[in-house]
Amino acid sequence: MSPSVRLQEMIRVIRGARTQGEERGVIQRECAAIRAQFRQADNGTRSHNLAKLLYVHMLGYPAHFGQMECVRLIASPRYNEKRVGYLGAMMLLDEKQDASLLITNSIKNDLSHSSQYVQSLALCTLACMGSAEMCRDLAPEIDRLLRASNSYIKKKAALCAVHMVRKVPELGELFTPAARSLLSEKNHGVLHGAVVLITELCERNPDTLEQFRKAVPELVLMMKGLVMSGYSPEHNVAGISDPFLQVRILRLLRILGRNNDTASDAMNDLLAQVATNTDSSKTAGSAVLYETVLTVMDIKSESGLRVLAVNILGRFLLNNDRNIRYISMTSLQKIVQTDHNAVQRHRGTIVDCLKDQDASVKRRALELSLALVSAVNIRSLMKELLLFLSSCPPELRAHTTSGIFNAAERYAPSQRWHIDTILHVLTTAGGDVRDETVPNLIQLITTATELHCYTVHKLYRALITDISVQSLVQVACWCIGEYGDLLLRGECEETEPVQVTEDDVLDALETVLQSHMSSPATRGFALTATMKLSTRITHNVDRIRSIVSIYGSCIDVELQQRAVEYNALFKKYDHMRAAVLERMPVIDKSSPGHTNGESAGGTIKELEPAKLTQEIVLPQEPSNQVCDLLDLLGDSGEPFQPSPSLSSTAPGPASSTAGGDLLDLLGGLDVTPAPPSVTVYEKNGVTLKLQTDRQTDTGMTVTLTATNSTDGDITGLTLQAAVPKSVQLQMKAPSGDVIPAHGLGQVTQTVLLNNPNKVSLKIRVRVCYTSQSSVCQDTVQIDSFPSTAW
Amino acid sequence: MMHFLLLLSRQGKLRLQKWFTPVTEREKKKVIREMTLMVLACPPRSCNFLLWRDLKIVYKRYASLYFCCGLGDQDNELLTLEVLQRYVELLDQYFGNVCELDIIFNFEKAYFILDEFLVGGEILETSKTVVGIAMEEAETLQETMEEYMSKPTY
Repeated sequence: MSPSVRLQEMIRVIRGARTQGEERGVIQRECAAIRAQFRQADNGTRSHNLAKLLYVHMLGYPAHFGQMECVRLIASPRYNEKRVGYLGAMMLLDEKQDASLLITNSIKNDLSHSSQYVQSLALCTLACMGSAEMCRDLAPEIDRLLRASNSYIKKKAALCAVHMVRKVPELGELFTPAARSLLSEKNHGVLHGAVVLITELCERNPDTLEQFRKAVPELVLMMKGLVMSGYSPEHNVAGISDPFLQVRILRLLRILGRNNDTASDAMNDLLAQVATNTDSSKTAGSAVLYETVLTVMDIKSESGLRVLAVNILGRFLLNNDRNIRYISMTSLQKIVQTDHNAVQRHRGTIVDCLKDQDASVKRRALELSLALVSAVNIRSLMKELLLFLSSCPPELRAHTTSGIFNAAERYAPSQRWHIDTILHVLTTAGGDVRDETVPNLIQLITTATELHCYTVHKLYRALITDISVQSLVQVACWCIGEYGDLLLRGECEETEPVQVTEDDVLDALETVLQSHMSSPATRGFALTATMKLSTRITHNVDRIRSIVSIYGSCIDVELQQRAVEYNALFKKYDHMRAAVLERMPVIDKSSPGHTNGESAGGTIKELEPAKLTQEIVLPQEPSNQVCDLLDLLGDSGEPFQPSPSLSSTAPGPASSTAGGDLLDLLGGLDVTPAPPSVTVYEKNGVTLKLQTDRQTDTGMTVTLTATNSTDGDITGLTLQAAVPKSVQLQMKAPSGDVIPAHGLGQVTQTVLLNNPNKVSLKIRVRVCYTSQSSVCQDTVQIDSFPSTAW
Repeated sequence: MMHFLLLLSRQGKLRLQKWFTPVTEREKKKVIREMTLMVLACPPRSCNFLLWRDLKIVYKRYASLYFCCGLGDQDNELLTLEVLQRYVELLDQYFGNVCELDIIFNFEKAYFILDEFLVGGEILETSKTVVGIAMEEAETLQETMEEYMSKPTY
């Protein structure tokens, strides 16, 4: 009878237990027996007892008392005991346990054992759970084994070295020479281990990376050999020869070719060959192609190769296999910033993937769709995104809503569309939107002055349908309070007007106030709205008075306070009521406390770059848009911008036509001769002069003139200006960005200032230019202006 | 590199666990629980790739067992599907028409086979035949020892 039947007996008994309690009982008995056996002297059954314990451990029961037994078994001269001992060490001991140090010596001895199978046990265990000290101790041993042993041991030593380098990066230097020589091996296992080791070394040490760049031709040859070789039964997987090794070589080539032209050139042909010849009908081939695409996109490949790679991704996108589509979208996400147009071509397929049943695919499609939004496709893409929102899985809703809001803010073709979109989102998924949505929407509504009537009608309709979505109800209440008179007038151009009486409107608000679904904040909104209506309606002011006085004794402190104050407004300060409750002015988007998603809104200090909120390129008001765009063009000489909104196609065509118009204007506005000019900046031969001209009571034109007294032209001149918060600034297009040498020409830029609050005017100007191939950037603050200023 | 490899039964029982990074017992239990919930909840024919914490999870179902592994962000997911396929083939090669019961009753053999195929979270040997030979020779060595042990000493 083979002794291991006892282990299988025990497993059978445990599996036969009908309840959890019965199982626990069996296991407790067995563990007691095992503990007893451990305490006894060697009786030839130790390995089986440990194996039993390991099974029990896998079921989730504590097995720490077996740790010392592992140590003892590893030290045993018998192979079967060592085998189970090492297995136990890998399962029960990790570097955090003290007992793990005790096996260091055994491992050391076993690394020099005469049997390669014992050596391999030690290597495997060391690579699995070796602590940093163990690695330092045993590194020389591993280095020896890397050089002089058979391929069975070499490959294990290589992966052991990989583990050591991960744990103790300084050991990388020790292994580098051996790793280099391993590349000339023929055995695939050793080669694979060598490539993994070299990858690890290169990732951690830039000098080693330089060194191994010289190995690129060798790697290319190796890879070519694999791709072109005929059928090899030992390594063949679905027609691909050793895809595991191919993928690792491609990954190493990626690291070596990154940011290096020579290395990238050396691998161009190979990558093209792999990309065209690899059969992707099975997963193995697709895996190789995938890695190839990743490598092509990451190194400095020529454009033809990049196109080939994107086409492969496009093909993957149409594949029936969900995994392949997922992979394709993950890769496209990585390149959507750099190869935006190429990815745009596949927008249709990506949008179709939004309708896929699978959650992973949906998520990828959502990310990619949001990245592909541009001014050109905003309308159609938003339709798809809203459709997606209505059926998307709950874990993606918050992300979807915030993505939709960002896209709408950046590319809304009209204010009405913007408002409609936000309302649609609130109706569909109002519970998953961010808190800032309500104030943002309110701010948007106030700026869309001609749409107030339309908006309040729409919101009223939404309110009487459903009051469960808090964000929507809050905005609706606010609008009704503010624009209730437009609602009651019963006429609207943009949409079918509702015919409501004052009572109907007050009923709606009261429903919100009384409903248990309304949150305290919402009720606050409703109460304030009711109060505001007292100045906008004519007949039912008494009803409002009574509502307000009832809430004067509300349990909610916030509501109570509001009601009491409104009551006071009715009683003692009735003469002020109309003034207090009149229409609010347009809310300025850049005012403090107005958080705006991820724009720079959060930390606006007093000097803020002029209307240069990088997210917002609202093109609805044409004149503002043109000036804002020119701000962007004027302020940023370089076409490359980190945020995609500025690099995409939309601002370009608009601004080029607008630029012409404004340059005509500049012809008139150019250097005004009369006012004095002050030199504000003089450095490196560049002189910047400032002239002011008072146009109106609060408005002023400032002209900046730049001249160059050096021998070489100054290029790339850009001027940026910042003013105190209450001052409005508008920068016109500069006359150029090159200042000819020797003072032969000049560049002028006009800045329009409006200082309604008549604060003391300061202006900070940042000047950037390139002079004799070096880029200079300086900031100068002007605190006092020539006499024509205030 | 692979961070862990788990074999889960359809009822959520753990049949094999291999951890390639140091993880406390408590954390291991947590990961196993979360993997079980995530992977067993996936409908059939869904995408085999999931995202969890900062790892990519690749899982594949073979008969009544779910093979589930956690990858680092540089790893190739499609290749990992091939790795799982290869491991199943190796088990099949060793046990002959492998089924879940084989892995339950001979779990230590499953570990030994795994150790000839994956080490430190990376692939050790890409050839099926080499792994097979290594297992056979190790078995022979073990049996020789056991025979020697069971012989009476004089």
